[in-house]
Amino acid sequence: MTEAAAPEHAAPILRLRGIGRRFGGLHAVRDVDLDVAHGERRAILGPNGAGKTTLFNVISGDFPPSSGTIEFHGEEITTLAPAARARLGMGRTYQKSRLFLGLSVEDNLYLAVLGVQKGHLRPIRLRRRDGELRDRARDLARTVGLEGREKTLVGSLSHGEQRQLEVGMARAVNPTLMMLDEPASGLSRGERVALTDLLLQLDPSITLILIEHDMDVALRVAERVTMMHDGRVIVEGTPDEIRANQTVHDLYLGRGNRNDG
Amino acid sequence: MTPGSEATAAAAAIAGEARPSARVDEGRSLRIAFAVMVAFFLLAPLAIYPIFLMKVMCFGLFACAFNLLLGYGGLLSFGHAMFLGIAGYVAAYLAKEGVALEALHIGAVTLPVGISLPPFTPELAILSGSLAAGVLGVLVGLIAIRRQGIYFAMITLALAQMVYFFCIQAPFTGGEDGIQAVPRGKLFGLIDLSNITAMYATVFVIFVSGFLLIYRIIHSPFGQVLKAIRENEPRAISLGYDADRYKLLAFVLSATLAGLAGATSAIVFQLAALNAVHWTMSGEVVLMTLVGGLGTVFGPVVGAFAVLGMENYLAQLGAWVTIVQGAIFVICVLTFRRGIVGELSRWLRKPL
Repeated sequence: MTEAAAPEHAAPILRLRGIGRRFGGLHAVRDVDLDVAHGERRAILGPNGAGKTTLFNVISGDFPPSSGTIEFHGEEITTLAPAARARLGMGRTYQKSRLFLGLSVEDNLYLAVLGVQKGHLRPIRLRRRDGELRDRARDLARTVGLEGREKTLVGSLSHGEQRQLEVGMARAVNPTLMMLDEPASGLSRGERVALTDLLLQLDPSITLILIEHDMDVALRVAERVTMMHDGRVIVEGTPDEIRANQTVHDLYLGRGNRNDG
Repeated sequence: MTPGSEATAAAAAIAGEARPSARVDEGRSLRIAFAVMVAFFLLAPLAIYPIFLMKVMCFGLFACAFNLLLGYGGLLSFGHAMFLGIAGYVAAYLAKEGVALEALHIGAVTLPVGISLPPFTPELAILSGSLAAGVLGVLVGLIAIRRQGIYFAMITLALAQMVYFFCIQAPFTGGEDGIQAVPRGKLFGLIDLSNITAMYATVFVIFVSGFLLIYRIIHSPFGQVLKAIRENEPRAISLGYDADRYKLLAFVLSATLAGLAGATSAIVFQLAALNAVHWTMSGEVVLMTLVGGLGTVFGPVVGAFAVLGMENYLAQLGAWVTIVQGAIFVICVLTFRRGIVGELSRWLRKPL
């Protein structure tokens, strides 16, 4: 048992209680309790349609929950807008690329950096202040391995590079919590290894939650795993416990990797 | 440069990664194009009828304002003529009559106001006209930006039609006759604008200032965010941008600048008439922008020149002008979708 990896006594960075989300008659997520500790690496697994991405959308504020409460750094954020959550240090990526395809890599990162600044609704703005933000955007491009690609239009990047950029966008908000939605989906084996390394090298003070279909990536990166099925959390434990769990085997491990869900 | 780095640079060039240098050039190609445009409008009166050129500048500015909204904000307003027209009416009325408001009658209530101002000087008339368009822009924008795409276009069209019928009915617009014989007046009370050179210089300064302002807006962080909203609105919102406020501000800026164009043209042509608020005018600005190049800096000006030139030189065809125009529009959309400047920019691989 690696209880030390998830100290129950420390206040969690993220605490979900009784979270539910319905779409009409469909209960995409129901009654989810989740505690994620500071600096923890958490993977959320589950078959397609288990409600993983919906849970992410509820945490990041893209959808409000139908029921339940969310606390982040001990503060209740249940009804806060996504941007306000980003300002509090929540960064996320999207499973289906939601980048600005017609803009350059640098502009994408710049927009992510500018978005968490205050007072950006200015049609005419001094370039001086802007320079710092541009520098930060270029730094981010470097940290996610897109050096030299800053001026390239995102639409002409490879799929793998777009995933890297997504990670860069999530990091732009100086997150204390980063949520990655299937970062490895659609990547080649080599790219997966590179991405896993990128995640393993991440600043240990950043808490990480990732949804991942690829068990190799998920179980290498994660310290704890939450298994979802039909909108509920069915098992939670260390990667070893998950590997050993019969329910998980029945539900999931036999299945191939799919990119949707 | 070491041979090694030379090889890397060569490899990068082969891989088609000449982009950074293209970026360095970006400012230069725009500066050159700007110099060409300024030189053209300074020298062209020697060869081309100045009244026509002033019309091109007014409509060029109108189309640039429209392009700010459609080309950068992705919002197709199909009622932009209302801003051009209302600003024209306000500027023409103030330049001709000034303000003489004894009392305001709202239903049975009469508010004593007692404002009386002499006819406005042209710069104040133009300013007031632009402001009126801006205020109208706030009202229309607040309603229209709640919807996207075709619904946005339909709401702006519907509101523009309301403004059109208001202009037919309102007591101060002169109905079918419009406001005629508007005095050009004296700029700042000093420079007599009935002198064609002074008038031309004034329009030129207004046009260039408006153009540069739009350029600045497009290249500011605000413009960057506007493009982001056009590309992917939900993501822009989740990054922390209040998309509605950006769209509203873009709408109001565009309306105000369209108003500036309309007010200026009312002073130049000494006329504010219904055709400026008619929906065909809203269509014409779409045509100008698309023919010139949507989302390009210089396209709308070129488009205005092309469309107005066509109208001018094909005028002897009478009613056939519209048909020829329609045909050209269809050909333009089918063959060079990016517009004149858009295609040129693609061919030169430089932003214009």
